[in-house]
Order: sequence, then C-alpha cells, then structure tokens
Amino acid sequence: MSTTAVAVANRKSLRFYDTTVGKKAVMAVSGIILFGFVLAHMAGNLQIYEGPEKLNGYAKLLRAMPAALWGARLTLLLMVLLHIWSSVKLALLNKLEARPTGYVRHKNQSASYAARTMYWSGPIILCFVIYHLMEFTWGVGGTPYLEGNVYANVVAGFKVLPVSAFYILSMILLGMHLSHGLSSLFRSLGFDHPRYTPVIKRLAVAISTIIVIGNISIPISVLAGWVK
Amino acid sequence: MKLILHIWRQKNAASAGRMVRYEAGDLNADMSMLEALDVLNERLIEKGEEPVAFEHDCREGICGSCGFMINGVAHGPQRLTTTCQLTLRHFKDGDELYLEPWRAKAFPVLKDLIVDRSAFDRIIAAGGYISVPTGSAPDGNAIPVPKDKADRAMDAAACIGCGACVAACPNAAAALFTGAKITHLGLLPQGEPERHERALNMVAQWNLEGFGSCTNLGECEAACPKGIRLEVIAHMNRDYLAASCRRR
Ligand code: HEM
Ligand code: SF4
Ligand code: FES
Repeated sequence: MSTTAVAVANRKSLRFYDTTVGKKAVMAVSGIILFGFVLAHMAGNLQIYEGPEKLNGYAKLLRAMPAALWGARLTLLLMVLLHIWSSVKLALLNKLEARPTGYVRHKNQSASYAARTMYWSGPIILCFVIYHLMEFTWGVGGTPYLEGNVYANVVAGFKVLPVSAFYILSMILLGMHLSHGLSSLFRSLGFDHPRYTPVIKRLAVAISTIIVIGNISIPISVLAGWVK
Repeated sequence: MKLILHIWRQKNAASAGRMVRYEAGDLNADMSMLEALDVLNERLIEKGEEPVAFEHDCREGICGSCGFMINGVAHGPQRLTTTCQLTLRHFKDGDELYLEPWRAKAFPVLKDLIVDRSAFDRIIAAGGYISVPTGSAPDGNAIPVPKDKADRAMDAAACIGCGACVAACPNAAAALFTGAKITHLGLLPQGEPERHERALNMVAQWNLEGFGSCTNLGECEAACPKGIRLEVIAHMNRDYLAASCRRR
C-alpha cells in the first residue's frame, strides 16, 4: 500500500538530540556514569562492616576534598537531569503519541519484565534518591541525624522498618533497571555482536544482582542487629 | 474446521471501527490464514455483506504486503512466518482468533485490516538506495566483498517491509526496519560512500513519521517473519552516532 512519496527528510531536518537515537545515546552515556556512581557508592558504604571509625573516616575524607566532592555532585546532577529529561521525552512519544489506538489483544513475546518496567523502576528510583538525600545528606528524613556521624545515622535510619523496606524495594527496582539497562546501553551506543552480546547480558544480570545484594545487606544487617 | 474470528471492521480512514465476531466454517488445516479470510469473504458476499479487506500479493512470504495481528502477535503465533504462509494447522478446531490491523500513528488504518505504510516508502526515499548510475551489470567479482559482510548484508536485505516490527513494538518504533535497510546497504562497498548520509537521513525520516523510539525490548525481532536480528539496530545506531560526530 503506498501513496506518492513526499516530504522526505534530509540530514538538516533534525539535529542529534532531536532524534530518538540521539536521546537514547544520551541516556546510555548518562546511565553509564550513574552506574559508576552506584558502584563506587556501594563500595564506599560497605565499609560499614569495618566499624564506625572506618566509615566515618571515609565520609570525612570525602568532605576534605570539597572541589572533587562538588565536581562529582554537579556532574551527577547533570547526568540525572539528562537521563530523566530524555526518558520523559521518549516516554511521552512512546506511550502517548506513537500508538494512539491500542490493540484489543496484545501479547509480548520476548521483552523481559525488567525491560518492560523501565518507565516504572526509573521514577521510583528517583523518589528513592530524593528521600535518601533527605535522610542521610540533609538530615530531614524524619530519622535521627547527627552531623558528621554517618555510621550512627545509617544504623538509626535503618532501624525504622518502613525506611528499610522502602530502601530494599528501591534497590530491587534499581537492580531490575540495571539488569536491562546495562546491556541495553551497548546496543544504544552501536554495539551488538553474536559472540559478546549474550555474555554482556549475563554480566549485566550478575552485576545488578551483586549491587542489590551488596546494598540491601546493610539494612538487613541493621535490622538483624549484626551492625549496631 | 471452524474458527471464531473477531475481526476489526472499519469502513474507511475517517470512520471509527469495531471488532465484529464471525463464525468461519468450511475451513481445513491446509489453508492459509488468508485463504480462511477468502472463504469467509465468499460467505459474506453471498449474504450481501461487505467482505473483509486485507492486503496480499505474492502469498508466498516474499512481497511484504500481507500481515495483521493474530491474537496479539504480529503475523500470528508461528515464528518466521508471514500471515499468508501461516496455515490453519497451527490452530485447533473452534479456536477463537482476534484479527486486528497493525497499530501505529504512522500506519493509519485505511479499511478493516489494511493500513497505509507509505511512511516506510518515505524512509526508503530518504536514503535507502545507492546513487550510482545504473548501467549494464558489472562483472561478478569486479568489487570484492568479504564473505561475512556479504552474508550479513544479505541477511539484512531479507526484510520485506511488512511492518510487523512496528506493529509488535510496544513503542511502535521503526528501528528494525530502518536498521535493516541501513545495515544492508552500509555493509557493501557500493553503499559505503553514502553510509553516513544515509543513516542521518533515514533516522530523521523515521522520527518525522511519528514512530516511537527503540527501548531494546526485542519484540520486533521475535515478530519479524524474515529473521532480521536486533544487531541491525546497533549497526544503525553506530552509523548514526559516527555520522553525527563527523558531520560538518
Ligand atoms: C542510579 C540511577 C540510574 C541508573 C544507574 C540508570 C541507568 C540506566 C541505564 C544504563 C539505562 C539504559 C540506557 C540505554 O538503553 O541506552 C537506563 C534506561 C532508562 N532509565 Fe535509567 N538509570 C537510573 C535512574 C533513572 C531514573 C531516576 C529514571 C527516571 C526518572 C530512569 C529512567 C530510565 C528509563 C525510562 C530508561 C529506558 C529508556 C529507553 O529505553 O528508552 N532511570 N537507565
Ligand atoms: S524488519 Fe522484519 S518485521 Fe520489520 S518490516 Fe522488515 S521483514 Fe517486516
Ligand atoms: S502476501 Fe506477499 S508476503 Fe504475504
């Protein structure tokens, strides 16, 4: 079925970020940087198992380098804004515009649960990040907060069951987000190979699982009384 | 054999449509899905009703004309099979099937199960070609092509432009189709000179037509009757990104 071809695009019709491919590349790069932060953040926080001096010393060390700290914070903020802005633009296109009339019946054949719920896991992670900052950085999360005593704040915070539960749920969602995102980003940036892609997919799931376990071990240890 | 068919009936592009239930009898397992509709249409014509409009041409899985959703799956439940090649033996007597047209803003329904896929033609017109003068056929091996590239280009060239990838994609993205064309031409020496220009232009046209974006779900790959692989989407993204960096 075809009618006469008119209105054909040329390279000048859309700029890089105007296109879906450009926005996905921005999501992928910002996603990699955020992932780097998630890893480093977890590695830092696991020092909680080495006792209050170690963790509080680590926090003090970061504070002692204000230039690096603020550089990292601003970079992360920029990445978060780029990641979210792009995802919102794409979500509006995909969910509201691209298919105005839906199917009476529709069956997914391949997409994983994690992949299909990126538009849910993402925003919930955002809510979590905001609460997380309120609780442990700004001290306004409603749990006991002592300036400079990260260890005590974490223990006091996670003793509150709903706080721990929300934290654990959010980490599971972050793990799902990354289990799809960490392999998806390779294709967004142009890499897919029959030999390596299956390996990348398995690694993405493995790394996401490690992140979930590493992070939720902290509230669980606090609730179980192993860390006090 | 008998099937209960719920079919999307829509008079024309401007009117609203709805699902209508039909009991299609006198079928047998060797018939194709399209032949089942032929039989149903004969009965409808005998009764003085409007037959169900659907698109078809070759009926041998090579032209890309046919295709609709069968129980929520583009081209139906059999993998690597176009609707015209889907035989009724994959269904049981008395099965209930929902037949719906491809759904996408860029593929408006014209009538019943027929959608307007001109958007694909315009994506091709934006760069899915090689601008060399066509003369007499060149010598077979005048331009050497590495075997693996020839194979991959050939695999991508198998795309028949049916639109199932768009229909199956939860975002109605045209990534697999556009990627197949960009890969097919870009891998070959004849297509290499325009490789970057092609990626920029075809991606722009895909976007301007109102298709959605790729979220790497893989629904297109599962639905594609020609086995086009997600790899072509990576190829397209790579060409697009490289072209964006180098453009002047
Ligand atoms: C620690 C925080 C986060 C990390 C490490 C992260 C990482 C990633 C990665 C690596 C991808 C894959 C990109 C690609 O396919 O090219 C991705 C996709 C996505 N992210 Fe995030 N993300 C984070 C937070 C968020 C937030 C806060 C939101 C939304 C408010 C969000 C929404 C999305 C969506 C919707 C996608 C899918 C985009 C698409 O396929 O079109 N993410 N994320
Ligand atoms: S990529 Fe496959 S599903 Fe999409 S138009 Fe081509 S043949 Fe049809
Ligand atoms: S009618 Fe030609 S592919 Fe089905």
